[in-house]
Amino acid sequence: MSGYETVIGLEVHAQLKTESKIFCGCSTRFGARPNTQVCPVCLGLPGVLPVLNERAVRFAVMAGLAVGSAIEGRSVFARKNYFYPDLPKGYQISQYDRPLCSGGGVDIQVDGVWKRIGLVRIHLEEDAGKSIHPEGREGVTTTLVDLNRSGVPLIEIVSEPEIRSGAEAYDYLIRLKQTLMYLDVCDGNMEEGSLRCDANVSVRPLGQVEFGTKTEVKNMNSFRNVERAIAFETERQIRLLESGGRVVQETLLWNADKNQAEPMRSKEEAHDYRYFPEPDLLPLDLTTAWIESVRSNLPELPHQVRARLERELEIPAYDAEVLTETRALARYYEETARRAGNGKLASNWIMTEVNGIRNKQGQSIEEFPIRPDRLGALVKMIAEERISGKIGKQVFELMLTQPEGPEELVNAKGLLPIDDESSLRALAREVIAANPGPVAEVKAGKERTFAFLVGQAMKQSRGRAHPEKIQDALRKELAAS
Amino acid sequence: MKPEEAPRETAESIGRSVQSGERSAVEVAKTFLARADRTAARLGTYLHRDAARTLAAAGEVDTRILAGEKLSPLAGVPVALKDNLCTRGIPTTCGSRILEGYLPPYDAHVVERLHRAGAVFAGKTNCDEFAMGSSTENSAYFPTRNPWDPERVPGGSSGGSAATVAALEAPLSLGSDTGGSVRQPAAFCGVYGLKPTYGAVSRYGLVAFASSLDQIGPFARTARDTALLYNAICGPDERDSTSRAEAKPVGLEDLERGVRGLKIGIPRDLIAEGVDPEVLASLDRVARTLESEGASILDVALPHARYSIATYYLIAPAEASSNLARYDGVRYGFRAKNASNLQEMYAATRGTGFGREVRRRILLGTYALSAGYYDAYYLRAMKVRTLIRKDFSEALAQADAILLPTTPTPPFKLGEKVDDPLAMYLNDIFSIPASLAGAPALSVPAGMTRAGLPIGMQLVGRPFDEGTLLRIARTWEKRNEDALRVPPIAAGGRA
Repeated sequence: MSGYETVIGLEVHAQLKTESKIFCGCSTRFGARPNTQVCPVCLGLPGVLPVLNERAVRFAVMAGLAVGSAIEGRSVFARKNYFYPDLPKGYQISQYDRPLCSGGGVDIQVDGVWKRIGLVRIHLEEDAGKSIHPEGREGVTTTLVDLNRSGVPLIEIVSEPEIRSGAEAYDYLIRLKQTLMYLDVCDGNMEEGSLRCDANVSVRPLGQVEFGTKTEVKNMNSFRNVERAIAFETERQIRLLESGGRVVQETLLWNADKNQAEPMRSKEEAHDYRYFPEPDLLPLDLTTAWIESVRSNLPELPHQVRARLERELEIPAYDAEVLTETRALARYYEETARRAGNGKLASNWIMTEVNGIRNKQGQSIEEFPIRPDRLGALVKMIAEERISGKIGKQVFELMLTQPEGPEELVNAKGLLPIDDESSLRALAREVIAANPGPVAEVKAGKERTFAFLVGQAMKQSRGRAHPEKIQDALRKELAAS
Repeated sequence: MKPEEAPRETAESIGRSVQSGERSAVEVAKTFLARADRTAARLGTYLHRDAARTLAAAGEVDTRILAGEKLSPLAGVPVALKDNLCTRGIPTTCGSRILEGYLPPYDAHVVERLHRAGAVFAGKTNCDEFAMGSSTENSAYFPTRNPWDPERVPGGSSGGSAATVAALEAPLSLGSDTGGSVRQPAAFCGVYGLKPTYGAVSRYGLVAFASSLDQIGPFARTARDTALLYNAICGPDERDSTSRAEAKPVGLEDLERGVRGLKIGIPRDLIAEGVDPEVLASLDRVARTLESEGASILDVALPHARYSIATYYLIAPAEASSNLARYDGVRYGFRAKNASNLQEMYAATRGTGFGREVRRRILLGTYALSAGYYDAYYLRAMKVRTLIRKDFSEALAQADAILLPTTPTPPFKLGEKVDDPLAMYLNDIFSIPASLAGAPALSVPAGMTRAGLPIGMQLVGRPFDEGTLLRIARTWEKRNEDALRVPPIAAGGRA
């Protein structure tokens, strides 16, 4: 909408992929029967105390280092106090004025232009349980509480209000998720709630320096919904301002079915969280040596893999972007390319053939039946012009359902190219003998019919005839006939 | 020795005779059960007793001894537990209606330790609701009475634990001390009460009141018994991140080394006003006695200690307001009926499930942490706390221990202060500073008033130096003419 600028800040909650919860030994596995992965600590029973899970700290620090945050030598846990049935202690252990990580940024790309979205902070906290509202009799509300999720470690990643559109927000989320998944600290599953996002949205007239009044939109369960909710809220706020109204600071819930953001009941948002330092935990002190050891063990990050593949395997930036979507795909590509000895050709095959089939079947790269050793061998045969791309395609189709490598398949199915003079001449003679009519036309000077004869030769050889050499052979045999 | 005499014995001698096979743990348990049967109801010392469980526990100890297991010096010694210590399958109410009928699914760290040591569970003692109070009148069930004068309070909040030891119903007990809740009732009941250094005893399974101040501590009738019980519960626990490896058992032989060469500081400025003359006289008597035993007495300053009560009544309620948020009627304990929505259910549950003092402190704490007030109240209080801590470390650089009264007055009467919370809070003026500093502090029986009421003196020491406090106490104990007096209600077979 012209005349206005949207200002967006995102708060992303990512569940860390630890085996056990942040303050007790209970499993974090998703999908268990309700209230079976609980103990006195994560149930918040009287008298229990939290004990910090070191791996959760390590994972949070890895995330911070990956996005260029400063890791604080001392951070402090704080209690965020509010009443809710799925919050068993009546407070959430989080971090407040001394978070684990400060600053950093995520590089995003929209319409081919790169832009850095700054980060305010990343802090460590515990997840709450889950309230379930089953359909009940008319007028009777039942709420069930599942505390399996209570105490699952989370990081909250807070961006600066530097995002300007839904599209930017979408790319920010994609790249943030990609980074977390490369680090293997979060499984990135939005449906299961392991990645969640709230958006702070405001608008202001272009050129105005002060921010407009913001609203917070919650409850978006996919990145596309975040994009849609931002678009909705932007439009709503502008329309409100244009009609002489004012934006009220409030929390909205995204209703994906109705495609609209609806205000939360005011009672639910009137919170004064009364943060104060958590007396049951000591301040978290990290030594520089420990932080550096985490840094030196960081895996390669998406932008690093992209740059390296562009450089080492000589592929365009666009290809590198597509092939590094996940760490597994990047590994798959890299191994294929190295075996093929041709980066660009391997890239083409994966981006079109492999991804084409995966998209159709909804397959992950790990599930794809042709592993890099076989695909690499196939691409190598094509690269060395031992078979044509067309034959390659046939071999590829066979490999989808058969375990053999490309060499075996080519030999067994008689797919080796026909490119020796005598075989080609024999093939040409067969085609000429079988097509007296077209042969007569060609001899009468109708050049277009020659292409028909070539096609017949290719068909008869099931594509194996060398496309240029068969033309030579046909000419020679025509002249001789 | 006649069975009636057994309760007069020390825990140390009971443990020794059980270990040597001279007596069975079951015999000992029966003796104390019989004592408690006679006085516990009148004194209101217990919220929960279970003779069958006590005898079963004692029987188990006998079996272990017969099997040749080497148990601790506390083998077969009954120990009563304040009702804010979680005991698996045994009611744990914290003296509150909101936890009526609550059965914890686990044992507190100290309960596990005592079980391992062979101590015998004697029951759950009465206390001020959630340990908030100085008289045990805030128990939602009934008040506890002072064994020396049943018209008077036993102190609080661990009043039941103090009174049960004073009345010889149990040789030992555990309480919890946040601002004086072990030391003040110990003083009022004429027994020893130790608040260990913050971090010396795991709080795992102690129902939290104010987490940065709470410590579990022993009650006993002698310095050596106090050390024995402390030794059985101290030390690091991986389930409590604030527990510390520096906490080490006290060597009993060290308690006999006397006080020659020790420097004992008295903060005269703090004791200047509002202190009962008999309490002051007792302070001087103890100081002179220690001096005659070779200690040197000096003045020390605790300039910020006079802000202790204000500081404490911001920090402790703030933490309490958060710690008590879990009692919301959703998962366990009391839930108000007939609420039409969630907010109403919360309000009715907490409004009727908590007593007045608990509600008062939740409100105070909520206010102190509220947006706009946090800096002026909670943050300011935390800064003063740092100054008080510094006062103690400076004073304890000059002196090996600080000596001051545990309370400004002897025990007051039931009903005397219960409607005047400020007067009640002021009673803790001498115990709160050491709590804020996290320092170990021991209340020592220090004679009686002319009216026959106990007086307690307090020793405060360096972090994890409980040993020195107990050593000074032991030296005084040997010279204290009232050391072995028992209250009339407990004296003789039929008091």
